Amino acid sequence: MNNHDRPLSPHISIYRWPVTMVTSILHRATGIAMAAGFIVLVGWLFDAASGPEVYAKFLGVMNSTLGWILLVGWSYAFFYHLSNGIRHLVWDTGRGLEKEQATASAWFVIVASIVLTAAFWWVAS
Amino acid sequence: MAEFRLPKNSRIKKGKHFAAANGSSNTRTYAVYRYDPDSGENPRVDTYEIDMDNCGPMVLDALIKIKNEIDPTLTFRRSCREGICGSCAMNIDGGNTLACTRANDEVKGDVKIYPLPHMPVVKDLVTDLTNFYAQYASIKPWLQSRTPPPPDQERLQSKEDQELINEPAACILCACCSTSCPSYWWNSDRYLGPAALLAAYRWLVDSRDEATGERLDELEDPFRLYRCHTIMNCTQTCPKGLNPAQAIAETKKMLAERKY
Repeated sequence: MNNHDRPLSPHISIYRWPVTMVTSILHRATGIAMAAGFIVLVGWLFDAASGPEVYAKFLGVMNSTLGWILLVGWSYAFFYHLSNGIRHLVWDTGRGLEKEQATASAWFVIVASIVLTAAFWWVAS
Repeated sequence: MAEFRLPKNSRIKKGKHFAAANGSSNTRTYAVYRYDPDSGENPRVDTYEIDMDNCGPMVLDALIKIKNEIDPTLTFRRSCREGICGSCAMNIDGGNTLACTRANDEVKGDVKIYPLPHMPVVKDLVTDLTNFYAQYASIKPWLQSRTPPPPDQERLQSKEDQELINEPAACILCACCSTSCPSYWWNSDRYLGPAALLAAYRWLVDSRDEATGERLDELEDPFRLYRCHTIMNCTQTCPKGLNPAQAIAETKKMLAERKY
């Protein structure tokens, strides 16, 4: 019997996601989103250094609905990655790894990241 | 690398439906993954309606009932039916567990049963665990010592030292944890997976073992140990209530501590 002919059993399509699995993939997704956001941050500084006309154009884009959605998204990515990053730091000390603790801290991070993002925009606007 | 789609020969087709015998009012539907290596056809999911008034309490009882009364070709591993042999590990209701310790009542709605995820399927619910066992063997799961044992007695441990290995030594190698882990799904060729790492930890903390340094050397690798990203699926799914994630975190700590 050839091993390579064997089918692969289904995995991600049938697995029921525990909340800790969601927070894990979100950590990676927000990390990638922030990396993209930093390119825009560089663009912001670049346009600011290129004179008032260019900068006004940048502001125009960022003040559009799409720009606002992106900014809120990036700020959320920042606060989520920060909150969950602290969770990972605690884990690295060997604490908080019991099943119930990890599930509780997952929900805490999800709520905290939303509250922090809301607070940030409440203060900013 | 992460390959999210199943290969062509692994995609699941619609299967057969086996209706309950006339007269049974308390029925439940079991959707079971089927693969017949002799047919050359793709895997399918067959559905069985079972008379729950004449069925034992566990998912394994339902599987045995299907095999005995409805479809004798259904193939699965089972032995002890009390959660100590690890043979009937499978994916039930989206989570990996032992069919013999998961009650039918714990599952809501139709009971969906698949083999352990992201594994080569031999037949139906039977997966090929060769790689999994080879990884276990690779961590050298035996006592390694250089000093000779005392001439008049065994190598003794204090109660406290024994307590350190109690939990990791309770692993039954059912493979529920490793096959629940996305890191293991994408990198099982190089990442050891939670089960083997829990076993490695069991020997790392054994007060009688004298190969701690070599054991840590073997684990200090971007893939073997450090593909663990603390996704926590292993600990969430372990049918014995063990905590491989904790063991892996402690192993990472041991590696960090010996550097400074």
